[in-house]
Amino acid sequence: MRKLSTRRRHPLAGLVVLLLGLVVAGGLYAAFAPRAATAEEASARDVEAGRQLFLIGCASCHGKNAEGITTKSGGNYGPSLIGVGAAAVDFQVGTGRMPMANAGPQAPRKDPEYTAEETKQLAAYVASLAPGPSVPESEYTDYKAATTEEIREGGEFFRTNCTACHNSVGAGGALPNGRYAPSLKGVSAKHIYEAMLTGPQQMPLFSDEVITPEDKRNVIAYIKSVQDQPTPGIAGGSVGPVSEGMFTFLIGMGGLVGVAVWIGAHGARVKKRSS
Amino acid sequence: MTDDLEPTGASEGTVAHEPIGDPGLPEHQWRPTDVDADLERRAERQVSTLFGLGALLFLGFCVAYFTVDADQTFLGWNGQNFALGATFGGGLLLIGVGIIQWAKKLMGDHEIVEERHPSASSDEDRTAVMIDVNAGLNESGIARRPMIRNSLLLSLGALGLPVIVALRDLGPLPHDQRRTVWKKGMRVVNDVSGTPIKPEQLQVGQLVNAEPAILFEEDADGERVLHGTEALQVKSKAAVIVVRMRPEDITPSKGRENWGVDGILCYSKICTHVGCPISLWEQQTHHLLCPCHQSTFDLADNGKVIFGPAHRPLPQLPLGVDSEGYLIAMSDFPEIVAPSYPELARDQKKLDKNS
Amino acid sequence: MTTEYTDIEKTPVGKKMAGPVEWLDDRLGLAGAGKKLMPVRKVFPEHWSFMLGEIALWSFIVLLATGVYLTFWFQPSMAETVYNGPYKPLNGLEMSQAYSSTLDISFGVRGGLLMRQVHHWAAMLFVAAMVVHMLRVFFTGAYRKPREVNWLIGLGLLTLGLVEGFAGYSLPDDLLSGTGLRFVDGLIRSIPLVGSYLEFFIFGGEFPGNEIIPRLYMAHILLIPALLLGLIGAHMLLLVYQKHTQWPGPGRTEKNVVGYPLLPVYAAKAGGFFFVVFGFTALMGAMIQINPIWAYGPYNPSEVTAGSQPDWYMGFVEGAVRVMPNWELTFLNYTWSLNVFIPGVLLMGVLFTALGAWPFVESWITGDKREHHLLERPRNAPVRTAFGVAGMTMYAVFWIGGGNDIIATKFHLSLNAITWFVRIGWIVLPVIAFIVTKRICIGLQRADANRILHGYETGIIERTPDGSYSERHAPLPVANQFVLTSHDRLPVLEAPAEEDANGVAAPGSRGARLRAKARSFYYDGAVDKPTTHDVEHAAEHLGDHDGHPVPLGEDFQGVSETGIPRSHL
Repeated sequence: MRKLSTRRRHPLAGLVVLLLGLVVAGGLYAAFAPRAATAEEASARDVEAGRQLFLIGCASCHGKNAEGITTKSGGNYGPSLIGVGAAAVDFQVGTGRMPMANAGPQAPRKDPEYTAEETKQLAAYVASLAPGPSVPESEYTDYKAATTEEIREGGEFFRTNCTACHNSVGAGGALPNGRYAPSLKGVSAKHIYEAMLTGPQQMPLFSDEVITPEDKRNVIAYIKSVQDQPTPGIAGGSVGPVSEGMFTFLIGMGGLVGVAVWIGAHGARVKKRSS
Repeated sequence: MTDDLEPTGASEGTVAHEPIGDPGLPEHQWRPTDVDADLERRAERQVSTLFGLGALLFLGFCVAYFTVDADQTFLGWNGQNFALGATFGGGLLLIGVGIIQWAKKLMGDHEIVEERHPSASSDEDRTAVMIDVNAGLNESGIARRPMIRNSLLLSLGALGLPVIVALRDLGPLPHDQRRTVWKKGMRVVNDVSGTPIKPEQLQVGQLVNAEPAILFEEDADGERVLHGTEALQVKSKAAVIVVRMRPEDITPSKGRENWGVDGILCYSKICTHVGCPISLWEQQTHHLLCPCHQSTFDLADNGKVIFGPAHRPLPQLPLGVDSEGYLIAMSDFPEIVAPSYPELARDQKKLDKNS
Repeated sequence: MTTEYTDIEKTPVGKKMAGPVEWLDDRLGLAGAGKKLMPVRKVFPEHWSFMLGEIALWSFIVLLATGVYLTFWFQPSMAETVYNGPYKPLNGLEMSQAYSSTLDISFGVRGGLLMRQVHHWAAMLFVAAMVVHMLRVFFTGAYRKPREVNWLIGLGLLTLGLVEGFAGYSLPDDLLSGTGLRFVDGLIRSIPLVGSYLEFFIFGGEFPGNEIIPRLYMAHILLIPALLLGLIGAHMLLLVYQKHTQWPGPGRTEKNVVGYPLLPVYAAKAGGFFFVVFGFTALMGAMIQINPIWAYGPYNPSEVTAGSQPDWYMGFVEGAVRVMPNWELTFLNYTWSLNVFIPGVLLMGVLFTALGAWPFVESWITGDKREHHLLERPRNAPVRTAFGVAGMTMYAVFWIGGGNDIIATKFHLSLNAITWFVRIGWIVLPVIAFIVTKRICIGLQRADANRILHGYETGIIERTPDGSYSERHAPLPVANQFVLTSHDRLPVLEAPAEEDANGVAAPGSRGARLRAKARSFYYDGAVDKPTTHDVEHAAEHLGDHDGHPVPLGEDFQGVSETGIPRSHL
């Protein structure tokens, strides 16, 4: 220690400290910043396999080089995928939204067309085109590790940012002109994360700088914990007064009027009293 | 009116004109339980069984109360709620069904005829009461002493005034409806976490649900300056959303060209219809939908209303960047936020004058 | 009339009762009061549709019982607290005491969640039963003289029920109830001229303030229940005094009431029904989730959930507010938010005024000032029935508007398309419903007349010697014929005299003309019942017709008038 303290006034000390600071900052940045998936990281074989799959299954809408195809009117036939990153591909293909089965207000969730391996290859190819958000680290999708406090905080983020579209238990909701915010039931933590990160279709994106990866993990933990709560009875598909009103009339009034009919009904009769 | 259908005593006369005469009450028919002693005893046993089962279920309720824990589940439902409700409700239902069954099968079954009387009082009653009322009124002299009568009416009418005036302190007079806590230099911070936002942290298509920084300010003891309902009151007017679009997609109206930062715009989160917080932003169409009544605003076009019951466009908050590079408000909202109120037009003029 | 009776000591209810009963009667004169006010053998006619109001009454009792239970724990305060309880996802969150105590009732009190759910289901059923009961009264003309006052009392009960329900919906201070309050805040603000003042007085300052939940609590557990109880009492007293209406039938006239005595049959059935209603709501509370406030989170004005709706009975207002065009104007330097005020405030006013005025308007049109104790079958008042169905249609269309987001997601429709459907449908569909309903009623009236004159179809096919086939008709039993004909004959419509005998314009002739028009509209197209002459000569008139009724002997094996083969009866 003495050695260090004696040299702190050395002409080069400032430079060393500056260098050290830069290295630490850079290291921390490298450790915490979202890792851009680049071609070097994914194996070249995956990229090539992904390109082949892309040319067969995706290029007709998104263009041979994923540059997108514009319609005559200037709209998007298939948007450019340059820079969307592996996360977007993993979400769109992994949830079956892409490839689209038919044109509609929005691509619905369905059984995926590609295997997990093929999805990875497609993601690797698209990620190789330009840097973009990568598939989240497993530590940010391990929602089971969240503490009670973290779940509560995730709930606050969820209610502030998500419930307006997706409903407070993630049952989904309506958007203009036939579009909708899909249900979050049965969606994997990874896909929820990727949706927040990439903003698929009409959904706005929530970048890691504003809603941090930990926040996102907590949001997922809250959704899962709310959906795991036992309900006190049939929940009616979605939560809310519309289904409750339906039950009021169909079951409540229906049942009680049935009883009233039974009370008022004249039962079997016989002609004479046998004595 | 001459052609009113008045009550007449001649309704018996009209009976003769009825196409079908009243055949009278049909002959009483017996129930099987009236004629068959076996069936009667069976019904008796049935009813007693229902009551007995009811008693058992109530006992079951008590057992469930002490044995079924809150975290036990049944068919994925809350087990305690189900156990208590099923035993309690089942028992009640059995008692009810038992009583009704008793009435239907075993109680007397002869229909009874009761005569109706006109709803109006009889003439004698009317006369007798009016004699009394007249006597009473005459003794009071209310007709002969109009001064007393009128002054009484006056004072009773005036009694309404204190009743209304006493309600005055239900709340303060309307104030500050045109202002929010936003002011020049206040940072726009992320809701919940309270972290300030830099423009470069936002990507195109990003939405941030944000609040004024004052909501997250803490005093020396680390306590929030605003909390409880005070904080809710601030939020109910000052909550905002920050969105980033491609600058070329935005068509700012005159005077708003510099209200955004590189395509980042900030709008009130409170719907101008009845005040629901709106953040259903479609990043591709730039439309913002209110989940309550479906008013739709175009954020690329100055918050213009494009569908639904809202009338006023969504107020926009002019944005800037402070010396540390964080997003700040450049002023309070130049337009009035939250639902319309009668003095809105006047208040808006005042705002316009000040700006 | 027999004067023999068994002394109370010897009745089955027990010797032990005799002492207290005598003690009480010595002081209160129970026998005299009972005989006058509520004879124990008072007769109530029996029909399932007469028990709809009972559902409302018994739900109200359930509400009182469960509501009292909930007050033991509920804290009507907006003061801030930090939740630390068994419901983990909200642990450590700041919230109002109202919300935190509701969480405690739901998770900390055994049976508390059940009571909350039963209370809420009973509330939904209370209003639903009132509405259905009112529809029954409307469509059978039971509100006619002398029961107009009871109709108005019932309307008052419904109005109070809506307010009471809304207050209860708002109390837990969860995100949904707060969103509802925010909506009401917008409604209050929209009231012309005084909106801001009302808002600040009601909320005790700017929304949401500190006061609204304690104030609503007072209204919810004291003020409105007391008013409801009083009005229910008046409703029942009038029912007892005027005696229940009854359906026409053999032996049932305007001057009597036929049915079962209060003691024992009616008391048992009504009392049993109370247990059924309580049990039923308890089972609903056990098996169907309602208002999961923990899932919504505490109220926060910058949060909202998709699918935010009021409870069903406010759904029509919600729908009207959603589909209303965005009219707002500035007039006399004031802002007039017609987009909120018309559907949110005015619509309910118009609806309840129309309902309240209807008995009087109808009696003015028909000129009917007689007492009615026999109900009218809906088909025999085609215009009334058609108005009722048109009103229900409009209500239902607004309902669709109120749930448009849920309908859009569940049926994959466009939100905007549903909104446009409602914008057009609320005016077009009731007109169609009116026309269709009226035609159906008239068709049914024709069918009734036909069944009287031509008898019913027996299902027996006869072949004549020349080879043609026909179905044998048999006359309806007299009792059935009587039911079909026991209603008023159509009045003869005459144009009102425009001038009196001296050629001077008759006083009030304008009103009279309007009334004559309304009357001819009211009776237009209705089919009168057959006359005595028609019935007596039916056989002769229809001598050549193959459908004339032929009396059948006891050994006839075709179908009965109800369509069931005789051999099965």
